Amino acid sequence: MNMNKEKEALYNSPSEFYNSKETIDGDIATINLGPTHPATHGIFQNILKVDGEKIISSEQTVGYIHRAFEKLAERRPYNQITPITDRLNYCSSPINNLGWHMTMEKLIQAEIPKRVDYMRVIIMELARIADHLICDSVIGVDTGALTSFFYPFQEREKIYELYEEICGARLTTNIGRIGGFERDFTPVFHTKLKSFLKTFPKAFNEWDSMLARNRIFMDRTRGTGPISPERALAYGLTGPNLRAAGVDYDVRVMHPYSSYEDFDFIIPVGVNGDTYDRWMVRQEEIRQSVRIIEQAYGNLPEGSYKADVPEFYLPDKADVYNNMEALIYHFKIVMGEMEVPAGEVYHSVEGGNGELGYYLISDGGRTPYRLQFRRPCFIYYQAYPEMITGQTISDAVITLSSMNVIAGELDA
Amino acid sequence: MLNNEALLTQLEGLFSSNILSAEINFDLLTVEVPTSKIHDIIAQLQKDENLSFGFLTLIGAVHYPDSTDREFAVVYHLDSWKNKVRLRLKVFLPLSNPSVDSITDLFPCANWMERESYDFFGVIFNNHPDLRRILNEDSMDYFPLRKEYALEDGTREDKDDRFFGRV
Repeated sequence: MNMNKEKEALYNSPSEFYNSKETIDGDIATINLGPTHPATHGIFQNILKVDGEKIISSEQTVGYIHRAFEKLAERRPYNQITPITDRLNYCSSPINNLGWHMTMEKLIQAEIPKRVDYMRVIIMELARIADHLICDSVIGVDTGALTSFFYPFQEREKIYELYEEICGARLTTNIGRIGGFERDFTPVFHTKLKSFLKTFPKAFNEWDSMLARNRIFMDRTRGTGPISPERALAYGLTGPNLRAAGVDYDVRVMHPYSSYEDFDFIIPVGVNGDTYDRWMVRQEEIRQSVRIIEQAYGNLPEGSYKADVPEFYLPDKADVYNNMEALIYHFKIVMGEMEVPAGEVYHSVEGGNGELGYYLISDGGRTPYRLQFRRPCFIYYQAYPEMITGQTISDAVITLSSMNVIAGELDA
Repeated sequence: MLNNEALLTQLEGLFSSNILSAEINFDLLTVEVPTSKIHDIIAQLQKDENLSFGFLTLIGAVHYPDSTDREFAVVYHLDSWKNKVRLRLKVFLPLSNPSVDSITDLFPCANWMERESYDFFGVIFNNHPDLRRILNEDSMDYFPLRKEYALEDGTREDKDDRFFGRV
């Protein structure tokens, strides 16, 4: 008799039926989400206990691609640590590189020309756009809209061409030097950046309109993987994930670096902290980044593209061949024989997915005594089980992609 | 806005006898406190309405093999958004008993950061809900970021460690 009543309830209102039920037939299954599955976008394992489609609990395993960066950094001379930082959040490696250079500049107390600051701001904001484009388009894929994935890749390609113009590399950029850049912006860079600033907003808005008010996308993402501001703070969320929960913490404003205080931009915040809000916050941040680039590029100060720190900044190649002092400095820097003051520095930048910090202890030796990275997603990924409990498996997938968890950064 | 000097004055008012040393290091106030008091101090800093250090930025450990009975340091970075100021707290632990109270009950995000410090340095966090290795494999029987573990394979003869950084 009871069975019939249940069936009736199921047919009348399926969603109410499933939500009202504690368990379906009391069967609880254990499944692996990951570690290697296309839907996880990286090497993450989550052992889910599910009741039908509903997640009851989840247990995380991390560390699959741990590469001992902090141990490696204890052996490398300071300028050789930049390539390690590339491999943290590889969707926005210029931010990691420049953050590391700024940490070093704080330690050696170098005076950085305004032009370098502005050039850095332009590059970091380009990197933020590239990072957010990937993350937001992947949310599209996971909700079933493959077009939204291919579309922004054309724009991302333009950003990568800009990186190439500055440093010659695209993904693991190793951009810049301690003290500035290896060269000034080239004429090609200027042309490409101008055309990017001209064409990007239009292409971006076209792509944005594909999803922003799309009924299917909204139904799929609203209320998915929500987190309250209190829990978000407790779990140490930073970056767009925290702002989507309604907390307006941004390192660029709270602890300004690289002359960010010169620019006028807003910090978008969400309300519900769900996947849709995270998506929307990133979209708005892309628009703000374009605004910042326009301001920085429009007011690009005259001056040098490097600071006067010959002990740390690799000299020009032509000078190395023709000039004794330059050769000496070149040799010293390459062999890691730089004189670094002892001390402890913490410096953080607003990375693509949160506060990326560098805690550096120097004892005056040629390598750091200890270097610890504050990897934002290592810290906020802890919130994931709480965010997906009570949700369905397909929600867990889009929640993971909307959190912008990067395996390389998580596992260091 | 609070500057580091004003912050130090306030901290001295709150925990006068518990401040073992204090210095300002590259715009960041570093305060050393007794190991047994760290939980209470962070709890008070978090609750205090004027200071309101409501955000835990980072927990990390450091190994100093040469300082007797102060072999490990556990370093806490706290952030007060209200005052736009950061604070670094340090405790030192002896090798014989490298344990300190966990602050997971105050900041849930401390969970993995403490596990990481345990994983790489062997620092024990008392009252931690789940103190296991996190990035390294579970069967590992040493703590790799301690200084006694060489960076190079010890059996190699073609590389002399003295020429490649720290011995």
